[in-house]
Amino acid sequence: MDLHEYQGKELFRRYGIPVSEGALATTADEARAAAETLGGLVVVKAQVLIGGRGKAGGIKLASTPDEAAARAGEILGMDIRGHTVSKVWVERASDIAREYYLSLTFDRSAKKPLFMFTTRGGVDIEEVAESSPEALVRLHVDPLEGCHPWHARRLVYAAGIDDPGEQKQIATIVARLYDAFVGADAMLCEINPLIVTPDGEVRALDSKFTVDDNALFRHADIAEMRDVAGSDPLEVLAREKGVTYVKLDGDVGVLGNGAGLTMSTVDVVTFVGGRPANFCDLGGGGDAQGVVDALEVITRDEQVRAIFFNIFGGITRCDEVARGILQAVEQMGLEQPIVVRLDGTNAEEGRRILGEAALANLHAEATMLDGARRAVELAA
Amino acid sequence: MPILVDAETRLVVQGLTGSEGRFHGLRNRSHGTNVVAGVTPGKGGQDVEGIPVFDTVAAAVGEAGANTAMVFVPAPFAADAMYEAIEAEIGTVICITEGVPAHEMLRLHTFIQGRDVRLIGPNCPGALSPGKANVGIIPAEIFREGSVGLVSRSGTLTYQIGHELTQLGLGNSTIVGIGGDPIVGSSFLELLALFEADPQTEQVVMVGEIGGDEEEKAAAFIEGEMTKPVVAYIAGFTAPPGKTMGHAGAIISGSAGTAQAKKDALEARGIRVGTTPTETAALVAEIALR
Repeated sequence: MDLHEYQGKELFRRYGIPVSEGALATTADEARAAAETLGGLVVVKAQVLIGGRGKAGGIKLASTPDEAAARAGEILGMDIRGHTVSKVWVERASDIAREYYLSLTFDRSAKKPLFMFTTRGGVDIEEVAESSPEALVRLHVDPLEGCHPWHARRLVYAAGIDDPGEQKQIATIVARLYDAFVGADAMLCEINPLIVTPDGEVRALDSKFTVDDNALFRHADIAEMRDVAGSDPLEVLAREKGVTYVKLDGDVGVLGNGAGLTMSTVDVVTFVGGRPANFCDLGGGGDAQGVVDALEVITRDEQVRAIFFNIFGGITRCDEVARGILQAVEQMGLEQPIVVRLDGTNAEEGRRILGEAALANLHAEATMLDGARRAVELAA
Repeated sequence: MPILVDAETRLVVQGLTGSEGRFHGLRNRSHGTNVVAGVTPGKGGQDVEGIPVFDTVAAAVGEAGANTAMVFVPAPFAADAMYEAIEAEIGTVICITEGVPAHEMLRLHTFIQGRDVRLIGPNCPGALSPGKANVGIIPAEIFREGSVGLVSRSGTLTYQIGHELTQLGLGNSTIVGIGGDPIVGSSFLELLALFEADPQTEQVVMVGEIGGDEEEKAAAFIEGEMTKPVVAYIAGFTAPPGKTMGHAGAIISGSAGTAQAKKDALEARGIRVGTTPTETAALVAEIALR
C-alpha cells in the first residue's frame, strides 16, 4: 500500500525523523486557515499517489493566507496523470542550501534491506544511478543484525559529507529510517530531497512510503490510511467484494482462478489479437457467490463486450463456478457473451450444468487457447 | 527417486486440526503420503482420523519420527511455525500459508542460510511426486508419474501446464510450487540443482512470472551448471507496471522484472521459452521424443 506524502511524514515524525510543520486541507478555506496558523511563506502540495506533481503544477508557493487559499483552489480538483487531487498538504516553506537523497528499500534480489544515499538529491534517483553511479552510495543491512552506527558512518563518509553537524544529524536519520522501515513493515522509505537549511539543519522535505499489504493486520493505524478517493472506483469495489482485480483498457473481460493462470490468460487473449479489459483472479476458493461478485465488478466496466472464464479447478470446484455463472446471469441480466472453459475438479459436472441451462450467451470451449480465440471474436 | 517428497517422507502437518489443514492433510494421506503427526499447541494427545496430534514439532519429531513439515497455520503465526520446525531439525519445511509479511521472510531467509533445511514457500501449492507422495494442495489426479520436473511460482498455472503435458502423454518426477511472494524459502536455481541431481528427472519446465530477477539468475545457472534440458514459460507479458497481479511478488517495479526481460535473458542463454502454456508443453514433448 502506497502512502501519501503527508501520511509518510506523519510516520517519519513518529519515528523521530525531522519534518516541516504543516496541515492537511481539502478546501481552499482550510488551506487559508492552515497558512494563517503556520504563518509566513508556505508551500501548497497536491497529495496524489503518483510522481511528477511538481512538473504538473501540483506544488505552489504562497506568501499570504489568501494566496494559499487561491493556490489550493487551483490545485484541488486538478488531474495529475489520471489522479484527481482531493487533498493538499500546506507546509511551512523551507530555505534550502543543499538537497540530498536517502532511501531504504526491500532488495528482493539480495534479500536484504538496501540503503541508498547521495548528495545529488532533488532529482529522479534513476537518473543519478544512470548518469553518475559513483555518486550513489549503496549499503545492504543484514536483517538479523539490524542497523548499527557504522552503517550510517559508511554512508555519510562514502557520500563525502564532511560537516560534523550534518554527519551527526544524518546518522540519526539513518538509524530512525531503519526503525521506521522495520517497525512499519515498509517495502520502501524514501526521502527525496533530504534538505540542509542555510542554518545547517537536516530535514525530510518529501516522503515516499510503501507498506507491505501482508503486514497490515498488525498495523491497524496504517491500514486506516488507505485512500480510496484517489483509486480506480472499480478497484475499490473489487476490494470491498474481496475480488483481486486490476483494470486494463481493452474490451475482453478476463476471469481466472489463481494469479499465475489469470496472468497467463490475459497474455493469451492478447496474443490471439484481443485486448483484455482486466485481470480478475477468483482466488483459491471460488464459490458461487465469489463468481457473482467477480462478474459484478467486471461488468461494471462499460467497455467489456465479451467475458472469458478460464478455470482450472484444484481447490476450486468447477460445478460451483458453473452455478455462480448461472446465478450471476440471472440476477444481473447479463447479456454479454460469456465464453467458459472448465477443467480440473468436477469439470464434467460443471459443463453439464452449463449445458443444461442452454443460455444463448454462454459458449463452452474445451481449451484455454480456443476459449481466448472465441472471446476475442465475440468482442469484435 | 523424485525430489523433496517421496516414499521416505514422514509428514507432520502444523495446523492439522484447522479446517484447511485437516482437509489437505487427509487428502495428502489418501494419495499415499505417510502423514505421521499433526501439531496444534494445546491439542496434544488428540488425533485426527488416527493421526496423533502433538503440542510441539519437537514432540512430533521425537515421538513420531517426522522428517518433513507442512505449515498450514494462519499468516500471523506462520513464521513462528517455520522457525519451530527448523529448530526441531525438520529437513524439509513446506509452507502453504498465504499472506506472511515480507519482513518475516527476509529474516527467515537469512536465518536458514548455512542450515541444513530446505524451505519451500510460503504462499505455495506444495510439492507432488506422482505415485509416491503429495505434500500440499496440488490436485494429484491431473498428473501422472514420469520424467519431467516442473517448478513454478504459481499454482493453477502449474496445473494447466501439467494437464497439457498429460494430454501429450508425458508425466512428472516432481511438481514444485515455490510460491508467489517477493521472498520465498527456495528459489528456482535451488530447485533446478535438485532436479539436475535427480536420476528420475530427464528435463525440467520452469514456470516464472513478472517481478524480481530469479528467472534471470536461473538462466545463468542453467547455462553454466545444468546438463538436462530446461524449457521455460513466463506469465505476465501484458501486465501493466506498478500493479500487483494477484501474487504479492508479481509486480513490475519501474522497468525491472518484466516478462520480456526474463524471456530475453533466458533465450540469450539458449533456453527455449513458450509463449503460451500449450506451446510450452509442445516444446517439452519435442525434447522428450527426441
